[in-house]
Amino acid sequence: MLRQVLKSILKKPVTIMYPYEKLEMPDKFRGKLKFSPEKCIGCKMCMKDCPTGAITINKIGEKKFEAVIDLDKCIYCAQCVDSCPKKALEATKEVELAQLDKGKLRVIFDAESQKTTEEESKK
Amino acid sequence: MADPRKFKIPIGPQHPALKEPESFSVALKGEKIKGLDIRLGYNHRGIEKACEGKTFIQDVYLLERICGICSHSHSTCFVQAVEEIAGLAVPRRALYIRTLVAELERVHSHYLWLGVAGHEIGFDTLLMYTWRDREAIMDVLALLTGNRVNYGINCLGGVRRDIDATQIKEVIKAIDELEERTKYYIEVATQEVTIIERLSGVGILSHEDALRLGAVGPTGRASGVNRDVRRDDAYAAYAELKFDVITDDHCDVYGRTLVRVKELLQSFSIIRQVLKNLPDGPIAVRAPRKIPAGEAFNRYEAPRGEDVHYVKANGTEFPERVKVRAPTLANIRSVKQMLKDRYLADMPIVIAAIDPCFSCTDRLISVKHDNKEKEVMEWQALRSYSIDWYSKRGVDFTELNKKLEEKFKHK
Ligand code: SF4
Ligand code: SF4
Repeated sequence: MLRQVLKSILKKPVTIMYPYEKLEMPDKFRGKLKFSPEKCIGCKMCMKDCPTGAITINKIGEKKFEAVIDLDKCIYCAQCVDSCPKKALEATKEVELAQLDKGKLRVIFDAESQKTTEEESKK
Repeated sequence: MADPRKFKIPIGPQHPALKEPESFSVALKGEKIKGLDIRLGYNHRGIEKACEGKTFIQDVYLLERICGICSHSHSTCFVQAVEEIAGLAVPRRALYIRTLVAELERVHSHYLWLGVAGHEIGFDTLLMYTWRDREAIMDVLALLTGNRVNYGINCLGGVRRDIDATQIKEVIKAIDELEERTKYYIEVATQEVTIIERLSGVGILSHEDALRLGAVGPTGRASGVNRDVRRDDAYAAYAELKFDVITDDHCDVYGRTLVRVKELLQSFSIIRQVLKNLPDGPIAVRAPRKIPAGEAFNRYEAPRGEDVHYVKANGTEFPERVKVRAPTLANIRSVKQMLKDRYLADMPIVIAAIDPCFSCTDRLISVKHDNKEKEVMEWQALRSYSIDWYSKRGVDFTELNKKLEEKFKHK
């Protein structure tokens, strides 16, 4: 028992000071989705396979598609990433998605507005 | 006249000491438990029905969420059943990876149990120790699968993610450390007098009772029931691996503790064998979207015991029926036997000793009416019945309902 006590005194704390320190997520982590509109062909396989109906692909122009992702519905399973034949979707390491405003949980990705929504959701 | 020394106290469905909603009605005489009535059904989520409305691909994720601790058990059990119906030959590498995740899951689940058991008997240092150590496993799981819980590693026909050499190194590093720790816990469990005194002779379930009541997993094995699906009906890669089925004849909570800590060592050995013999090759075969008609029944040794899934397919993308029996349902009946004539103070640890997962257990709802045997109620009828029931007792939900609807209106 004494050995355990001494060992524990000399060790660094096992916890970290979140949110001042943050852990790095592993490479294969399934976090917030990222959509690349230029790759999408609008086959909607992702919509079909999504277990929760969190992703919607809309046609916004000739061969142009936008993705609407409800972050509160998404279970971060990345099935849509696997289903997509064109690799237009990918999972990022982003995990801090909590919001006070429910409206911000709906993220719209399209070629023009992608930058603005990304920035907004970071705030 | 009723004996004034006899009491009936309700514990739950909402109770500060219970982590999940379940209800126990305990008949007491003095400090001794004379009768126990267990009622489940407070956390029915309608998962089986929901499965019928979703495709096989989506169901893997839904069923994975039956349990937050043994999620891999449920998803593996389901995909194995579907693979059997569809006649898919899963690549060996995939089977090995499934086994790896399954054993890592068992390790983290048993560690979790050890901490909870320590907490229930007032040994909170053990809780802190084991849960700290458990983090190493959670990190390894996140590294291998992409998440700490609900790993999402299974897909129909194989697994979704491959593992590489650096990851294998990480796993071995974590396992080495944990094996040391486990040996220490075994030392604690077999030498620490307070633990032995507190747990011995508590929650006794004799070998005959365990068989009669159908106890599974560590609960059964601690009563000398030598059964383990991994050996008896080998799935995944277990047929090619060497391991012992741990049994014990203490028949009490102490025995269940020993079985679990010793199983940890077996799991480490299985993980090492898997990593050493990991075959090369693809990690998945293509599964058809439409699963041919047929049915399959699959068993799986979850950390808590035998998990059973029944799947019926009708040739479409949607299953006709999915039936789940979580291990807790098999073990819950023995709790009544274990607590007979025991002290009330033993109740928390005896219940905790089967490592219950009540929400996973809730499957079927049947409404009993006073004058009729059974009645099937539609959602609307059930809703107005509940509104009526409350309004008769002077609770009016109309205002609250309006407010809630206002609040949750989705944009
Ligand atoms: S990660 Fe899963 S839940 Fe989220 S949008 Fe993709 S398929 Fe749907
Ligand atoms: S599956 Fe890929 S290509 Fe098809 S609609 Fe979805 S994002 Fe676009």
